Amino acid sequence: MAQWPLLSVLIWLPIAGAILVLALGRDPRVARWLSVLVALATLAASIPLYLGYDAPAGGMQFIESHAWIDALKVHYALAADGISVALIVLTTFTSVLVIIGSWGPIDKRVSQYMAAMLALEGMLIGVFAATDALLFYVFFEAMLIPMFIIIGIWGGPRRVYATLKFFIYTFLGSIFMLIGLIYLHMKTGEFSLQAFAQAPLGPSEQAWLFFAFLIAFAIKVPMWPVHTWLPDAHVEAPTGGSVILAAIMLKVGGYGFIRFSLPITPDASQEYAWVVIAMSLVAVVYIGYVALVQDDMKKLIAYSSIAHMAFVTLGLFIALALVRVHGNPDAARLGVQGAMVQMISHGFVSGAMFSCIGVLYDRLHSRMIRDYGGVVNVMPWFGAFFVLFAMANCGLPGTSGFVGEFMVILAAFQDNFWIAAVAAFTLIIGAAYTLWLVKRVIFGEVTNPKVAKFEDLDAREWIVLGSFAAAVLAVGVYPKPLTDLMDSSVLQIVNALMLSKA
Amino acid sequence: MTLDKNLLLVIVLAPLVGAVIAGLFGKRVGRVGAHGVTIVGVALSCALSMHVLYQLVWGGAETFNENLYTWFQVGSTSANIGFLIDRLTAMMMVVVTFVSLMVHVYTIGYMADDDGYQRFFSYIALFTFSMLMLVMSNNFLQLFFGWEAVGLVSYLLIGFWFKRPTAIFANMKAFIVNRVGDFGFLLGIAGVLMWFGGSLDYGTVFAHAQDPAIDMGARSVELIAGHPWQVATVVCICLFIGAMGKSAQVPLHVWLPDSMEGPTPISALIHAATMVTAGIFMVARMSPLFELSETALTFVLVIGATTALFTGLIGVVQNDIKRVVAYSTLSQLGYMTVALGVSAYSAGVFHLMTHAFFKALLFLGAGSVIIAMHHEQDMRHMGGLRKYMPVTWITMWIGSLALAGAPGFAGFYSKDAIIEAVGESHRVGAGYAYFCVLAGVFITALYSFRLLYMTFHGKERFVVEHAGHAHGHEHHADHDEHGHHAPGHLEHAPKESPWVVTLPLVLLAIPSVVIGFLTIGSMLFGDYFGQAIFVREANNVLGELGHEFHGALAMALHGFSQPPFWIALAGFATATWIWLFQPSVADKAENALRPLHTLLANKYWFDSLYQAVFARGGVALGRGLWRGGDAGLIDRAIDGSASFIDQLSAIVRRVQSGYLYHYAFAMILGLILLLGGSWWLFTRIAA
Repeated sequence: MAQWPLLSVLIWLPIAGAILVLALGRDPRVARWLSVLVALATLAASIPLYLGYDAPAGGMQFIESHAWIDALKVHYALAADGISVALIVLTTFTSVLVIIGSWGPIDKRVSQYMAAMLALEGMLIGVFAATDALLFYVFFEAMLIPMFIIIGIWGGPRRVYATLKFFIYTFLGSIFMLIGLIYLHMKTGEFSLQAFAQAPLGPSEQAWLFFAFLIAFAIKVPMWPVHTWLPDAHVEAPTGGSVILAAIMLKVGGYGFIRFSLPITPDASQEYAWVVIAMSLVAVVYIGYVALVQDDMKKLIAYSSIAHMAFVTLGLFIALALVRVHGNPDAARLGVQGAMVQMISHGFVSGAMFSCIGVLYDRLHSRMIRDYGGVVNVMPWFGAFFVLFAMANCGLPGTSGFVGEFMVILAAFQDNFWIAAVAAFTLIIGAAYTLWLVKRVIFGEVTNPKVAKFEDLDAREWIVLGSFAAAVLAVGVYPKPLTDLMDSSVLQIVNALMLSKA
Repeated sequence: MTLDKNLLLVIVLAPLVGAVIAGLFGKRVGRVGAHGVTIVGVALSCALSMHVLYQLVWGGAETFNENLYTWFQVGSTSANIGFLIDRLTAMMMVVVTFVSLMVHVYTIGYMADDDGYQRFFSYIALFTFSMLMLVMSNNFLQLFFGWEAVGLVSYLLIGFWFKRPTAIFANMKAFIVNRVGDFGFLLGIAGVLMWFGGSLDYGTVFAHAQDPAIDMGARSVELIAGHPWQVATVVCICLFIGAMGKSAQVPLHVWLPDSMEGPTPISALIHAATMVTAGIFMVARMSPLFELSETALTFVLVIGATTALFTGLIGVVQNDIKRVVAYSTLSQLGYMTVALGVSAYSAGVFHLMTHAFFKALLFLGAGSVIIAMHHEQDMRHMGGLRKYMPVTWITMWIGSLALAGAPGFAGFYSKDAIIEAVGESHRVGAGYAYFCVLAGVFITALYSFRLLYMTFHGKERFVVEHAGHAHGHEHHADHDEHGHHAPGHLEHAPKESPWVVTLPLVLLAIPSVVIGFLTIGSMLFGDYFGQAIFVREANNVLGELGHEFHGALAMALHGFSQPPFWIALAGFATATWIWLFQPSVADKAENALRPLHTLLANKYWFDSLYQAVFARGGVALGRGLWRGGDAGLIDRAIDGSASFIDQLSAIVRRVQSGYLYHYAFAMILGLILLLGGSWWLFTRIAA
């Protein structure tokens, strides 16, 4: 197993599969089956990655490195630590469900849609596995293309506006990152992330790099106030696009903070941590209230995503203060670990919520809350799933949604009571917007005669929602395997934070 | 000897297994299967809980404290799932499983016609599991899990009849108001982890709190610069805010009366006997922490006293039979909280136990009346029911006597102990609390006997429409549809409920009479709780009272000469005069005291205020942020800069007109500007 370039397999298998699906998938049934097989094969390939990763030892494993562009010392360099492994498995798991979930709703250009999804999966894995900054950047940008296509072709009526907003926003952000990377290349003569992390950088250099990275990743996460592309993109995206976007693409932003901002510019990160923390706290409260008043289910969940992702940035940057100001690496580990668990959990929960909305949309072709009501009368199983995922969205203990938020709040408290108090406000506002949604959509009498004709979940929908439910409950009841997987890697990140570069 | 871990696991998991089977396979196992499997599960739990209690009290078993598995371990912070079984826990386990079992049996009769029969059994069994996880926990994480899990089941059960707009409003309200409490609770837990030894484990935390070398009582923190607060005060007040949500203390009490939208069995189980007392249990469990802070205990005391008196007053003007009992529950929870506030934790827990029996009895009795009245809950359309339903009548009397504190009954011992403990206490606020709990005795008697008289005595204020009327029977199967009868008009004469309903009433009536007499000696003045509850010597009001305690019988006899008895008697006499003999007085009093009545009928306007400020205010704020912030500022800035470049490009070239092309061109132009500009900046800064 060690001889296999496992990470390369994980990246290129779905991309090769995408080409195959394009070539052979003239018949939609062939395209569907073939793409599921490819996604399942990729999922299967990620199992030895999970099992083979030596978590107690930690650090980068499954290392691959080949010279790519000699003149610039660019390498095709891949490796994975516990954090990467967790995110890669999340990607392979979610991709299977997205592809199964798209079987019914997507009926035009099936092979192209499936191919785009598979290519996107490969690129996302590439982002999480790249240890060469330029390679990372290539995947980081390239993944925009399939997403652009997915929204632009299979999206809703305002898809052109949404795709352009999405593309320009995120592309704009990554330009700043590119400049930063080029600068770091000039400085070190390499593109290896490790070299970047070890490069001595003065305070003002770090500050400029920090903000360059911040813009790139803050847009990706997205953080308040650069979040407005997300609700529009979600509203127009087809269900599968929304699921991938919320469950995985947003994680690229959080991952970027871990791989770039924290190790490369630790001192600037510390100095400007308050900016990120303030933006995160604003997101929890402000976005929570905005989510409350949405009429469109997808927008509501999109805003809820922003508020939940704020816990990721909060956890990561609170760790700096804990390590450096309070000398409390234990709490810092809790913060970073909480951020990571929140990323994985949000992948499951938001994926599940968007899948649920997709189930409703397929039946009524409306995302408006007011068109529904009393769904549980005709779809009891769906109602049960929806309430479960809603509770996970509220962070109920026993579901994955609780674990990360709990850790981050515990860590934040050790830095500052008031930061923890504002973050904990999510308990109230999160419950308010989620349960109000449940009340209006799921409970009550059926008022819309079309809703009265709804059929409960079919087998395909059962597989998707059931798998998400199993994941949500597994992480909620027993998060230790997940935290153990990432613990050594988190420790290394926290240790690195202690070292000043200036 | 030690308790067997597997046995404890069975206690917890048996109801869960029942819940899963009844919930997921309800169609396949049918009604009998669903109630069979859950009742067997809960009965097993109950029997084993009694065994555990027996072992701990008479069998010489030691306190069990062991982790089952590690939930997560990050650095030195670990979170576990485990059990702490001491006598406090064992008592709670018995109360929870016994009342739950009674409610399970009762439900067979009460929900017989309901379509959601299996779902209901699944929920109440799931509740039993969650509540057991809460009381059996040995750490703060699992406590919070149980805390939220019972909240979830409460949410599901209040909204059980999910077609009713009022029910699905009430359950959302209950959950969100509880979340306000949980907000404080979670911060309290974070504070415990930070300040009390870096652990979530009860044992470690309490040892840290009691360690004289650390002297936690002297540690302070400045949450606002320049204002040092005792660390214990901050933590305890935060934890108590959690208790205020769950145990419905003013001003977070507003959800409990609305929770009566749920079916009556769960009002008895969740919203009277067990879940709402979780806050009381929690504070008693945390007594080593609360003992550190006089300020926090005063806070507890004042909140409890306010709840005890002022929510009881509302009960006097309610006409819905369930709501009277609900406000009575609020008031009694206030009594328990007062006990905690004067460091008489055992008295609080003791009242929790006696109250669980007689309040479950009263709720189930009210449910029995509601069945007989064909789901009419307004007492103004009842009266004279005693001859139709003697078992319900007698048991309700027993429950009410216990509630009002008639000497010898269970409630007498627990409530008198609280009142005397408050009288003994010198804590700030004790004077106010003493007034509240004494006045509360009058109020308790007033609403309790009012309920009895309006329901069971006096003239019948309903009309029986004999069969043959055109009213369809098809609505029988659905509880939602009973509103179509004119109020006070019944299809059939009321009759006594079936045995599955009356048997639990009888079985609950027995402890309502005797449990106080039997246990007060050991629980309050003996060594029942041992190490489970910690009281500092200076705060030990129960210890003081213990010197005057000469057995339960003597206490009952002595009780006849004490102020609470005479006050209760005055309440009884007033109620008897007004509602039994001179019903017209009630109306006159209502008119004479119009402002007071308006105040009480509107429940001090808490609901209206919250609705206006938090609900409507929150929505308005959200709209403002969305339209003003997201659309108004952020998007306008972004669209503005896009259109600026767009216009710029339009000037530069007037060749193309495609919308998408414009954007793309603008983007590339902007990109070049950005790249060039930033590069220029970067190189200059770095140079």
